[in-house]
Amino acid sequence: MNFGKQLKEGLLTQNPVLVQLLGMCSTLAITTSISNGIGMGVAVIIILTLSNIFISLLRKIIPNQVRIAAFIVVIAGFVTMVDLLLQAYFQDLAESLGVFIPLIVVNCIILGRAESFASKNGVLASAVDGVCQGLGYTAVLLVMSAIREFLGSGALAGIQIFPAEYGANMLVLPVGGFLVLGCLIALMQWALNKSGKGGK
Amino acid sequence: MDYRDLNLTGSSSPHIRTKDGTGHIMGEVMLAMVPALGFAVYNFGWRALVNTAVSILACCGFEWLYRAAMKKNNTVPDLSAAVTGMLIAFVCPVTIPYWILIIGDCFAIVIVKQLFGGIGKNFLNPALAARAFMLSWAGAMTNWVCPRASVPIWGAVDAATAATPMSYLHANNLAGLTETYSLGDMFVGVIGGSMGEVSALCLLLGGLFLLYRKVITWCIPVSYIGTVAVLTFIFPRGNDPVTWMLYNLLGGGLMLGAFFMATDYVTSPVSKRGQAIFGVGCGLITVFIRYFGSYNEGVCYAILLMNLTVWLIDRNVKPSRFGVTKAAKSKEKEAAAK
Repeated sequence: MNFGKQLKEGLLTQNPVLVQLLGMCSTLAITTSISNGIGMGVAVIIILTLSNIFISLLRKIIPNQVRIAAFIVVIAGFVTMVDLLLQAYFQDLAESLGVFIPLIVVNCIILGRAESFASKNGVLASAVDGVCQGLGYTAVLLVMSAIREFLGSGALAGIQIFPAEYGANMLVLPVGGFLVLGCLIALMQWALNKSGKGGK
Repeated sequence: MDYRDLNLTGSSSPHIRTKDGTGHIMGEVMLAMVPALGFAVYNFGWRALVNTAVSILACCGFEWLYRAAMKKNNTVPDLSAAVTGMLIAFVCPVTIPYWILIIGDCFAIVIVKQLFGGIGKNFLNPALAARAFMLSWAGAMTNWVCPRASVPIWGAVDAATAATPMSYLHANNLAGLTETYSLGDMFVGVIGGSMGEVSALCLLLGGLFLLYRKVITWCIPVSYIGTVAVLTFIFPRGNDPVTWMLYNLLGGGLMLGAFFMATDYVTSPVSKRGQAIFGVGCGLITVFIRYFGSYNEGVCYAILLMNLTVWLIDRNVKPSRFGVTKAAKSKEKEAAAK
Protein backbone atom coordinates (compact mmCIF):
# COMPACT_ATOMS: atom_id res chain seq x y z
CA MET A 1 0.00 0.00 0.00
CA ASN A 2 1.63 3.17 -1.10
CA PHE A 3 -0.86 5.97 -1.37
CA GLY A 4 1.72 8.57 -2.38
CA LYS A 5 3.05 6.42 -5.20
CA GLN A 6 -0.41 5.65 -6.52
CA LEU A 7 -1.37 9.32 -6.39
CA LYS A 8 1.75 10.29 -8.30
CA GLU A 9 1.06 7.63 -10.90
CA GLY A 10 -2.54 8.73 -11.31
CA LEU A 11 -1.73 12.42 -11.60
CA LEU A 12 1.54 12.30 -13.52
CA THR A 13 3.54 9.28 -14.58
CA GLN A 14 0.56 7.03 -15.41
CA ASN A 15 -1.98 9.78 -16.02
CA PRO A 16 -5.00 8.08 -17.65
CA VAL A 17 -5.51 10.72 -20.32
CA LEU A 18 -2.10 12.20 -21.00
CA VAL A 19 0.05 9.07 -20.69
CA GLN A 20 -2.25 6.07 -21.12
CA LEU A 21 -4.34 7.98 -23.69
CA LEU A 22 -7.60 6.55 -22.35
CA GLY A 23 -10.97 8.25 -22.10
CA MET A 24 -10.14 10.70 -24.90
CA CYS A 25 -13.67 10.86 -26.29
CA SER A 26 -15.26 12.39 -23.21
CA THR A 27 -12.18 14.51 -22.58
CA LEU A 28 -12.43 16.09 -26.01
CA ALA A 29 -16.17 16.52 -25.91
CA ILE A 30 -17.05 17.96 -22.54
CA THR A 31 -14.12 20.25 -21.72
CA THR A 32 -15.78 23.37 -23.02
CA SER A 33 -16.35 24.90 -19.57
CA ILE A 34 -14.91 24.40 -16.11
CA SER A 35 -18.25 23.44 -14.57
CA ASN A 36 -18.59 20.62 -17.10
CA GLY A 37 -15.06 19.49 -16.33
CA ILE A 38 -15.65 19.35 -12.57
CA GLY A 39 -19.01 17.60 -12.96
CA MET A 40 -17.65 14.95 -15.29
CA GLY A 41 -14.51 14.49 -13.20
CA VAL A 42 -16.43 13.95 -9.96
CA ALA A 43 -18.82 11.53 -11.68
CA VAL A 44 -15.90 9.49 -12.98
CA ILE A 45 -14.11 9.49 -9.59
CA ILE A 46 -17.24 8.12 -7.90
CA ILE A 47 -17.95 5.49 -10.54
CA LEU A 48 -14.33 4.44 -10.88
CA THR A 49 -13.84 4.05 -7.14
CA LEU A 50 -17.06 2.11 -6.59
CA SER A 51 -16.57 -0.14 -9.60
CA ASN A 52 -12.96 -0.79 -8.58
CA ILE A 53 -14.09 -1.77 -5.07
CA PHE A 54 -16.80 -4.12 -6.31
CA ILE A 55 -14.72 -5.71 -9.02
CA SER A 56 -11.93 -6.24 -6.53
CA LEU A 57 -14.40 -7.88 -4.16
CA LEU A 58 -15.77 -10.09 -6.93
CA ARG A 59 -12.41 -10.84 -8.54
CA LYS A 60 -12.25 -14.40 -7.27
CA ILE A 61 -15.84 -15.21 -8.27
CA ILE A 62 -15.89 -13.80 -11.81
CA PRO A 63 -14.88 -16.50 -14.32
CA ASN A 64 -11.99 -15.40 -16.47
CA GLN A 65 -13.80 -16.10 -19.75
CA VAL A 66 -16.65 -13.63 -19.15
CA ARG A 67 -14.80 -11.09 -17.05
CA ILE A 68 -15.24 -8.16 -19.45
CA ALA A 69 -19.00 -8.65 -19.58
CA ALA A 70 -19.11 -8.92 -15.81
CA PHE A 71 -17.06 -5.73 -15.42
CA ILE A 72 -19.39 -3.90 -17.77
CA VAL A 73 -22.44 -4.99 -15.77
CA VAL A 74 -20.90 -3.66 -12.56
CA ILE A 75 -19.81 -0.41 -14.21
CA ALA A 76 -23.16 0.09 -15.93
CA GLY A 77 -24.93 -0.31 -12.60
CA PHE A 78 -22.94 2.50 -11.01
CA VAL A 79 -23.19 4.71 -14.08
CA THR A 80 -26.97 4.38 -14.02
CA MET A 81 -27.02 5.35 -10.37
CA VAL A 82 -24.86 8.42 -10.93
CA ASP A 83 -26.84 9.36 -14.04
CA LEU A 84 -30.16 9.24 -12.18
CA LEU A 85 -28.71 11.13 -9.21
CA LEU A 86 -27.38 13.87 -11.49
CA GLN A 87 -30.73 14.17 -13.23
CA ALA A 88 -32.48 14.38 -9.88
CA TYR A 89 -30.23 16.89 -8.12
CA PHE A 90 -28.07 18.63 -10.76
CA GLN A 91 -30.34 18.98 -13.73
CA ASP A 92 -28.36 21.75 -15.48
CA LEU A 93 -25.16 19.76 -15.27
CA ALA A 94 -26.88 16.58 -16.46
CA GLU A 95 -28.25 18.46 -19.44
CA SER A 96 -24.92 19.99 -20.43
CA LEU A 97 -23.05 16.67 -20.07
CA GLY A 98 -25.82 14.92 -21.96
CA VAL A 99 -24.95 11.57 -23.42
CA PHE A 100 -21.44 11.57 -21.98
CA ILE A 101 -22.63 10.41 -18.54
CA PRO A 102 -24.22 7.19 -19.88
CA LEU A 103 -21.18 6.79 -22.09
CA ILE A 104 -18.98 6.42 -18.99
CA VAL A 105 -20.07 2.76 -19.19
CA VAL A 106 -17.70 2.28 -22.09
CA ASN A 107 -15.09 4.75 -20.84
CA CYS A 108 -11.76 3.03 -21.31
CA ILE A 109 -10.32 4.39 -18.07
CA ILE A 110 -12.83 2.51 -15.94
CA LEU A 111 -12.73 -0.74 -17.87
CA GLY A 112 -8.95 -0.40 -18.12
CA ARG A 113 -8.48 -0.02 -14.37
CA ALA A 114 -10.89 -2.88 -13.71
CA GLU A 115 -8.94 -5.14 -16.04
CA SER A 116 -5.42 -4.08 -15.14
CA PHE A 117 -5.72 -3.24 -11.45
CA ALA A 118 -8.92 -4.08 -9.57
CA SER A 119 -9.11 -7.65 -10.85
CA LYS A 120 -5.61 -8.31 -9.55
CA ASN A 121 -5.41 -6.33 -6.29
CA GLY A 122 -7.07 -6.08 -2.91
CA VAL A 123 -10.08 -3.93 -2.06
CA LEU A 124 -8.29 -1.08 -0.32
CA ALA A 125 -5.59 -0.74 -2.97
CA SER A 126 -8.26 -0.82 -5.69
CA ALA A 127 -10.27 1.89 -3.97
CA VAL A 128 -7.18 4.10 -3.68
CA ASP A 129 -6.35 3.37 -7.30
CA GLY A 130 -9.84 4.43 -8.34
CA VAL A 131 -9.55 7.74 -6.48
CA CYS A 132 -6.04 8.44 -7.81
CA GLN A 133 -6.79 7.63 -11.44
CA GLY A 134 -10.04 9.56 -11.18
CA LEU A 135 -8.15 12.54 -9.80
CA GLY A 136 -5.70 12.33 -12.68
CA TYR A 137 -8.58 12.36 -15.15
CA THR A 138 -10.26 15.25 -13.34
CA ALA A 139 -7.03 17.25 -13.28
CA VAL A 140 -6.68 16.97 -17.04
CA LEU A 141 -10.34 17.90 -17.53
CA LEU A 142 -9.87 20.96 -15.32
CA VAL A 143 -6.74 22.18 -17.08
CA MET A 144 -8.20 21.58 -20.53
CA SER A 145 -11.54 23.16 -19.80
CA ALA A 146 -9.86 26.14 -18.14
CA ILE A 147 -7.67 26.73 -21.21
CA ARG A 148 -10.52 26.28 -23.64
CA GLU A 149 -13.01 28.34 -21.69
CA PHE A 150 -10.58 31.17 -20.98
CA LEU A 151 -8.97 31.51 -24.40
CA GLY A 152 -12.08 30.51 -26.30
CA SER A 153 -14.76 32.61 -24.69
CA GLY A 154 -12.88 34.89 -22.32
CA ALA A 155 -14.44 33.44 -19.17
CA LEU A 156 -13.26 31.32 -16.24
CA ALA A 157 -15.88 29.20 -14.44
CA GLY A 158 -18.57 31.38 -15.98
CA ILE A 159 -17.05 34.71 -14.89
CA GLN A 160 -16.33 36.91 -17.88
CA ILE A 161 -12.71 38.10 -17.75
CA PHE A 162 -12.35 39.70 -21.17
CA PRO A 163 -15.07 40.33 -23.75
CA ALA A 164 -16.14 37.16 -25.53
CA GLU A 165 -15.62 38.63 -29.00
CA TYR A 166 -11.86 38.65 -28.38
CA GLY A 167 -11.87 34.93 -27.61
CA ALA A 168 -10.70 32.40 -30.18
CA ASN A 169 -13.98 30.52 -30.46
CA MET A 170 -12.16 27.85 -32.46
CA LEU A 171 -10.97 26.52 -29.09
CA VAL A 172 -14.51 25.92 -27.86
CA LEU A 173 -15.34 24.03 -31.04
CA PRO A 174 -14.35 20.34 -31.35
CA VAL A 175 -11.18 21.23 -33.25
CA GLY A 176 -10.00 23.19 -30.23
CA GLY A 177 -10.38 20.08 -28.08
CA PHE A 178 -7.98 18.15 -30.30
CA LEU A 179 -5.59 21.09 -30.42
CA VAL A 180 -5.42 21.65 -26.67
CA LEU A 181 -5.27 17.92 -25.89
CA GLY A 182 -2.43 17.48 -28.38
CA CYS A 183 -0.48 20.33 -26.82
CA LEU A 184 -1.07 18.98 -23.30
CA ILE A 185 0.08 15.48 -24.26
CA ALA A 186 3.18 16.95 -25.87
CA LEU A 187 3.87 19.02 -22.75
CA MET A 188 3.41 15.98 -20.50
CA GLN A 189 5.74 13.82 -22.58
CA TRP A 190 8.30 16.60 -22.66
CA ALA A 191 8.13 17.00 -18.89
CA LEU A 192 8.33 13.24 -18.27
CA ASN A 193 11.25 12.84 -20.64
CA LYS A 194 13.00 15.76 -19.02
CA SER A 195 12.65 14.27 -15.56
CA GLY A 196 13.85 10.92 -16.91
CA LYS A 197 10.60 9.08 -16.23
CA GLY A 198 9.36 8.74 -19.78
CA GLY A 199 7.86 5.41 -20.68
CA LYS A 200 10.58 4.45 -23.14
CA MET B 1 57.38 14.27 -55.29
CA ASP B 2 55.14 14.04 -52.26
CA TYR B 3 51.61 15.26 -52.89
CA ARG B 4 51.77 17.08 -49.58
CA ASP B 5 54.09 19.63 -51.15
CA LEU B 6 51.36 20.64 -53.57
CA ASN B 7 49.01 23.28 -52.31
CA LEU B 8 45.88 21.12 -52.46
CA THR B 9 42.79 21.04 -50.34
CA GLY B 10 41.63 17.53 -49.57
CA SER B 11 37.87 17.10 -49.36
CA SER B 12 35.27 14.56 -50.35
CA SER B 13 32.79 15.23 -53.14
CA PRO B 14 30.81 17.27 -54.10
CA HIS B 15 33.44 19.76 -55.15
CA ILE B 16 31.30 22.27 -56.99
CA ARG B 17 28.90 24.08 -54.74
CA THR B 18 26.40 26.89 -55.19
CA LYS B 19 25.67 29.54 -52.65
CA ASP B 20 21.99 28.51 -52.53
CA GLY B 21 20.78 27.93 -49.03
CA THR B 22 17.41 28.00 -47.37
CA GLY B 23 17.76 31.72 -46.79
CA HIS B 24 18.58 32.27 -50.45
CA ILE B 25 15.52 30.35 -51.67
CA MET B 26 13.18 31.94 -49.14
CA GLY B 27 14.52 35.34 -50.17
CA GLU B 28 13.57 34.59 -53.77
CA VAL B 29 10.08 33.52 -52.67
CA MET B 30 9.70 36.83 -50.85
CA LEU B 31 10.97 38.68 -53.90
CA ALA B 32 8.39 36.87 -56.02
CA MET B 33 5.64 38.10 -53.71
CA VAL B 34 6.70 41.73 -53.99
CA PRO B 35 4.60 42.48 -57.11
CA ALA B 36 1.48 41.18 -55.37
CA LEU B 37 2.35 43.26 -52.33
CA GLY B 38 2.81 46.31 -54.51
CA PHE B 39 -0.59 45.74 -56.05
CA ALA B 40 -2.13 45.28 -52.59
CA VAL B 41 -0.78 48.70 -51.62
CA TYR B 42 -2.23 50.16 -54.83
CA ASN B 43 -5.58 48.46 -54.25
CA PHE B 44 -6.05 48.86 -50.51
CA GLY B 45 -3.64 51.59 -49.42
CA TRP B 46 -0.56 51.65 -47.19
CA ARG B 47 -2.20 49.49 -44.56
CA ALA B 48 -1.39 46.50 -46.76
CA LEU B 49 2.31 47.25 -46.36
CA VAL B 50 2.01 47.88 -42.62
CA ASN B 51 0.12 44.58 -42.19
CA THR B 52 2.85 42.71 -44.02
CA ALA B 53 5.61 44.37 -42.00
CA VAL B 54 3.84 43.69 -38.71
CA SER B 55 3.25 40.07 -39.64
CA ILE B 56 6.83 39.45 -40.78
CA LEU B 57 8.26 41.07 -37.66
CA ALA B 58 5.90 39.12 -35.40
CA CYS B 59 6.73 35.80 -37.06
CA CYS B 60 10.48 36.41 -36.83
CA GLY B 61 10.01 37.56 -33.24
CA PHE B 62 8.12 34.43 -32.21
CA GLU B 63 10.61 32.21 -34.03
CA TRP B 64 13.51 33.87 -32.25
CA LEU B 65 11.74 33.80 -28.88
CA TYR B 66 10.86 30.10 -29.07
CA ARG B 67 14.30 29.05 -30.30
CA ALA B 68 15.98 31.16 -27.62
CA ALA B 69 13.68 29.89 -24.87
CA MET B 70 14.35 26.28 -25.91
CA LYS B 71 18.09 27.00 -26.20
CA LYS B 72 18.14 25.99 -29.86
CA ASN B 73 20.01 27.63 -32.71
CA ASN B 74 18.55 30.79 -34.17
CA THR B 75 16.67 30.02 -37.40
CA VAL B 76 15.42 33.54 -38.14
CA PRO B 77 18.12 34.18 -40.79
CA ASP B 78 16.83 31.34 -43.00
CA LEU B 79 13.86 33.65 -43.68
CA SER B 80 11.29 30.84 -43.55
CA ALA B 81 9.50 32.63 -40.71
CA ALA B 82 9.51 35.83 -42.74
CA VAL B 83 7.87 34.04 -45.69
CA THR B 84 5.24 32.61 -43.35
CA GLY B 85 4.60 36.09 -41.97
CA MET B 86 4.24 37.55 -45.44
CA LEU B 87 1.83 34.79 -46.49
CA ILE B 88 -0.31 35.21 -43.38
CA ALA B 89 -0.70 38.90 -44.13
CA PHE B 90 -1.54 38.00 -47.74
CA VAL B 91 -4.41 35.65 -46.87
CA CYS B 92 -6.18 38.09 -44.56
CA PRO B 93 -8.43 41.01 -45.43
CA VAL B 94 -6.57 44.31 -45.31
CA THR B 95 -8.82 45.48 -42.47
CA ILE B 96 -7.69 42.68 -40.13
CA PRO B 97 -6.95 44.08 -36.65
CA TYR B 98 -3.25 43.87 -35.83
CA TRP B 99 -3.80 41.80 -32.68
CA ILE B 100 -5.54 39.03 -34.63
CA LEU B 101 -2.70 39.08 -37.12
CA ILE B 102 -0.15 38.69 -34.31
CA ILE B 103 -2.11 35.84 -32.68
CA GLY B 104 -2.18 34.12 -36.07
CA ASP B 105 1.59 34.59 -36.42
CA CYS B 106 2.12 33.11 -32.97
CA PHE B 107 -0.09 30.12 -33.81
CA ALA B 108 1.71 29.49 -37.10
CA ILE B 109 5.22 29.72 -35.73
CA VAL B 110 4.90 28.24 -32.26
CA ILE B 111 2.13 25.64 -32.53
CA VAL B 112 2.25 24.57 -36.17
CA LYS B 113 5.96 24.90 -36.88
CA GLN B 114 8.19 24.91 -33.81
CA LEU B 115 6.34 22.39 -31.65
CA PHE B 116 6.95 19.85 -34.39
CA GLY B 117 10.63 20.71 -34.58
CA GLY B 118 10.90 23.83 -36.70
CA ILE B 119 11.63 24.24 -40.38
CA GLY B 120 11.37 21.01 -42.33
CA LYS B 121 9.38 19.17 -39.67
CA ASN B 122 5.95 20.81 -39.78
CA PHE B 123 3.29 18.70 -41.47
CA LEU B 124 0.96 21.59 -42.27
CA ASN B 125 1.60 24.82 -44.10
CA PRO B 126 1.96 27.23 -41.15
CA ALA B 127 0.39 30.20 -42.95
CA LEU B 128 -2.72 28.27 -43.99
CA ALA B 129 -3.11 26.59 -40.61
CA ALA B 130 -2.92 30.06 -39.06
CA ARG B 131 -5.60 31.31 -41.43
CA ALA B 132 -7.87 28.40 -40.48
CA PHE B 133 -7.31 29.23 -36.81
CA MET B 134 -7.86 32.95 -37.35
CA LEU B 135 -11.34 32.20 -38.68
CA SER B 136 -12.19 32.10 -34.97
CA TRP B 137 -12.79 35.80 -35.52
CA ALA B 138 -14.97 35.18 -38.53
CA GLY B 139 -16.29 38.74 -38.73
CA ALA B 140 -12.85 40.30 -38.92
CA MET B 141 -11.62 37.64 -41.33
CA THR B 142 -14.43 38.21 -43.83
CA ASN B 143 -14.59 41.99 -43.78
CA TRP B 144 -13.94 42.67 -47.46
CA VAL B 145 -13.54 46.32 -48.44
CA CYS B 146 -14.14 47.61 -51.96
CA PRO B 147 -11.17 47.72 -54.30
CA ARG B 148 -9.38 51.09 -54.27
CA ALA B 149 -10.91 51.86 -50.87
CA SER B 150 -8.86 53.97 -48.51
CA VAL B 151 -8.25 52.05 -45.31
CA PRO B 152 -6.74 53.98 -42.39
CA ILE B 153 -3.53 52.52 -40.97
CA TRP B 154 -4.76 52.88 -37.42
CA GLY B 155 -8.21 53.16 -35.88
CA ALA B 156 -11.71 52.19 -36.90
CA VAL B 157 -12.25 51.06 -40.46
CA ASP B 158 -15.30 52.59 -42.07
CA ALA B 159 -14.51 51.89 -45.71
CA ALA B 160 -17.33 50.54 -47.81
CA THR B 161 -17.47 46.77 -47.95
CA ALA B 162 -18.21 44.79 -51.07
CA ALA B 163 -19.05 41.23 -52.02
CA THR B 164 -16.03 39.38 -53.32
CA PRO B 165 -16.11 37.48 -56.62
CA MET B 166 -16.17 34.27 -54.61
CA SER B 167 -19.46 35.13 -52.92
CA TYR B 168 -21.02 35.82 -56.34
CA LEU B 169 -19.73 32.48 -57.59
CA HIS B 170 -20.96 30.71 -54.49
CA ALA B 171 -24.43 32.14 -55.09
CA ASN B 172 -24.25 31.02 -58.75
CA ASN B 173 -24.70 34.66 -59.74
CA LEU B 174 -22.42 34.80 -62.78
CA ALA B 175 -24.47 37.57 -64.40
CA GLY B 176 -24.12 39.77 -61.33
CA LEU B 177 -20.42 39.03 -61.17
CA THR B 178 -19.70 39.91 -64.80
CA GLU B 179 -21.58 43.17 -64.27
CA THR B 180 -19.61 44.07 -61.15
CA TYR B 181 -16.14 42.96 -62.13
CA SER B 182 -14.99 42.56 -65.73
CA LEU B 183 -12.58 39.79 -66.66
CA GLY B 184 -9.88 42.42 -67.00
CA ASP B 185 -10.51 43.62 -63.45
CA MET B 186 -10.29 40.04 -62.26
CA PHE B 187 -7.01 39.46 -64.04
CA VAL B 188 -5.34 42.68 -62.95
CA GLY B 189 -6.87 42.45 -59.49
CA VAL B 190 -9.10 45.48 -58.98
CA ILE B 191 -11.47 43.36 -56.89
CA GLY B 192 -12.29 42.81 -53.24
CA GLY B 193 -10.70 39.96 -51.36
CA SER B 194 -7.77 38.96 -49.22
CA MET B 195 -4.96 41.46 -49.44
CA GLY B 196 -2.40 39.49 -51.42
CA GLU B 197 -4.62 37.22 -53.47
CA VAL B 198 -6.52 39.75 -55.60
CA SER B 199 -4.07 40.24 -58.44
CA ALA B 200 -3.79 37.14 -60.60
CA LEU B 201 -1.42 39.07 -62.88
CA CYS B 202 1.12 39.90 -60.17
CA LEU B 203 0.93 36.42 -58.67
CA LEU B 204 1.50 34.86 -62.09
CA LEU B 205 4.52 37.11 -62.56
CA GLY B 206 5.85 35.98 -59.20
CA GLY B 207 5.10 32.36 -59.98
CA LEU B 208 6.85 32.54 -63.34
CA PHE B 209 9.86 34.12 -61.63
CA LEU B 210 9.98 31.21 -59.17
CA LEU B 211 9.69 28.73 -62.05
CA TYR B 212 12.43 30.52 -63.97
CA ARG B 213 14.69 30.50 -60.93
CA LYS B 214 13.85 26.81 -60.41
CA VAL B 215 12.69 27.49 -56.86
CA ILE B 216 9.50 25.58 -57.64
CA THR B 217 8.66 23.06 -60.35
CA TRP B 218 5.68 23.30 -62.62
CA CYS B 219 4.07 20.05 -61.41
CA ILE B 220 1.98 21.31 -58.53
CA PRO B 221 0.78 24.67 -59.93
CA VAL B 222 -0.09 23.20 -63.33
CA SER B 223 -1.87 20.12 -62.00
CA TYR B 224 -3.69 22.20 -59.38
CA ILE B 225 -4.86 25.01 -61.64
CA GLY B 226 -5.45 22.56 -64.48
CA THR B 227 -7.75 20.39 -62.37
CA VAL B 228 -9.79 23.40 -61.30
CA ALA B 229 -9.97 24.59 -64.92
CA VAL B 230 -11.12 21.22 -66.27
CA LEU B 231 -13.70 20.65 -63.54
CA THR B 232 -15.21 24.12 -63.76
CA PHE B 233 -15.25 23.91 -67.56
CA ILE B 234 -17.00 20.54 -67.62
CA PHE B 235 -19.47 21.39 -64.86
CA PRO B 236 -20.25 25.09 -65.27
CA ARG B 237 -23.07 26.74 -63.39
CA GLY B 238 -24.78 28.77 -66.09
CA ASN B 239 -24.60 28.64 -69.86
CA ASP B 240 -21.12 29.99 -70.41
CA PRO B 241 -18.48 27.44 -69.40
CA VAL B 242 -15.51 29.53 -70.53
CA THR B 243 -16.47 32.62 -68.54
CA TRP B 244 -17.40 30.51 -65.53
CA MET B 245 -14.07 28.74 -65.69
CA LEU B 246 -12.05 31.96 -66.04
CA TYR B 247 -13.79 33.63 -63.11
CA ASN B 248 -13.20 30.53 -61.03
CA LEU B 249 -9.52 30.54 -61.92
CA LEU B 250 -8.95 34.24 -61.32
CA GLY B 251 -11.10 34.64 -58.21
CA GLY B 252 -10.21 33.67 -54.68
CA GLY B 253 -6.87 32.40 -53.53
CA LEU B 254 -6.20 29.89 -56.31
CA MET B 255 -3.17 31.62 -57.84
CA LEU B 256 -1.61 32.44 -54.48
CA GLY B 257 -2.29 28.94 -53.20
CA ALA B 258 -1.09 27.11 -56.29
CA PHE B 259 2.19 29.00 -56.71
CA PHE B 260 3.18 29.96 -53.18
CA MET B 261 1.48 27.62 -50.73
CA ALA B 262 0.92 24.21 -52.31
CA THR B 263 4.55 24.30 -53.49
CA ASP B 264 5.98 24.61 -49.97
CA TYR B 265 8.86 22.10 -49.91
CA VAL B 266 8.11 20.82 -46.45
CA THR B 267 4.46 20.03 -46.97
CA SER B 268 4.39 18.74 -50.54
CA PRO B 269 5.47 15.38 -51.99
CA VAL B 270 9.03 14.82 -53.15
CA SER B 271 8.58 13.03 -56.48
CA LYS B 272 7.10 14.59 -59.60
CA ARG B 273 4.35 12.01 -59.83
CA GLY B 274 3.54 12.57 -56.20
CA GLN B 275 3.40 16.31 -56.78
CA ALA B 276 0.98 15.81 -59.67
CA ILE B 277 -1.29 13.69 -57.47
CA PHE B 278 -1.02 16.33 -54.77
CA GLY B 279 -1.98 19.10 -57.20
CA VAL B 280 -4.94 17.17 -58.62
CA GLY B 281 -6.14 16.43 -55.10
CA CYS B 282 -5.92 20.12 -54.18
CA GLY B 283 -7.88 21.03 -57.30
CA LEU B 284 -10.60 18.46 -56.65
CA ILE B 285 -11.13 19.51 -53.05
CA THR B 286 -11.06 23.21 -53.97
CA VAL B 287 -13.82 22.75 -56.53
CA PHE B 288 -15.83 20.48 -54.22
CA ILE B 289 -15.74 23.05 -51.44
CA ARG B 290 -16.60 25.90 -53.81
CA TYR B 291 -19.50 23.93 -55.33
CA PHE B 292 -20.94 22.02 -52.41
CA GLY B 293 -19.47 23.55 -49.26
CA SER B 294 -20.86 26.31 -47.10
CA TYR B 295 -17.70 28.39 -47.47
CA ASN B 296 -17.17 30.58 -50.53
CA GLU B 297 -13.59 29.56 -50.99
CA GLY B 298 -11.87 26.21 -50.59
CA VAL B 299 -8.20 26.76 -51.43
CA CYS B 300 -7.07 27.00 -47.82
CA TYR B 301 -8.74 23.78 -46.68
CA ALA B 302 -7.91 21.96 -49.89
CA ILE B 303 -4.19 22.53 -49.41
CA LEU B 304 -4.36 21.76 -45.69
CA LEU B 305 -6.19 18.49 -46.34
CA MET B 306 -3.72 17.47 -49.02
CA ASN B 307 -0.84 18.40 -46.67
CA LEU B 308 -2.14 15.62 -44.44
CA THR B 309 -1.85 13.08 -47.25
CA VAL B 310 1.72 13.90 -48.22
CA TRP B 311 3.25 11.06 -46.19
CA LEU B 312 0.85 8.63 -47.84
CA ILE B 313 1.67 9.91 -51.33
CA ASP B 314 5.40 9.88 -50.63
CA ARG B 315 5.25 6.34 -49.33
CA ASN B 316 3.39 4.97 -52.35
CA VAL B 317 4.89 7.00 -55.18
CA LYS B 318 8.54 6.14 -54.99
CA PRO B 319 10.59 6.79 -58.10
CA SER B 320 12.27 3.61 -59.32
CA ARG B 321 15.92 3.23 -58.47
CA PHE B 322 18.38 3.80 -61.28
CA GLY B 323 19.16 0.59 -63.11
CA VAL B 324 16.22 -1.35 -61.74
CA THR B 325 14.09 -2.70 -64.57
CA LYS B 326 10.67 -4.25 -64.33
CA ALA B 327 12.10 -7.68 -64.98
CA ALA B 328 14.65 -7.31 -62.20
CA LYS B 329 11.92 -6.11 -59.89
CA SER B 330 9.66 -9.08 -60.49
CA LYS B 331 12.65 -11.39 -60.02
CA GLU B 332 13.33 -9.70 -56.70
CA LYS B 333 9.72 -10.23 -55.71
CA GLU B 334 9.86 -13.88 -56.61
CA ALA B 335 13.01 -14.29 -54.60
CA ALA B 336 11.37 -12.56 -51.65
CA ALA B 337 8.31 -14.80 -51.99
CA LYS B 338 10.49 -17.90 -51.84
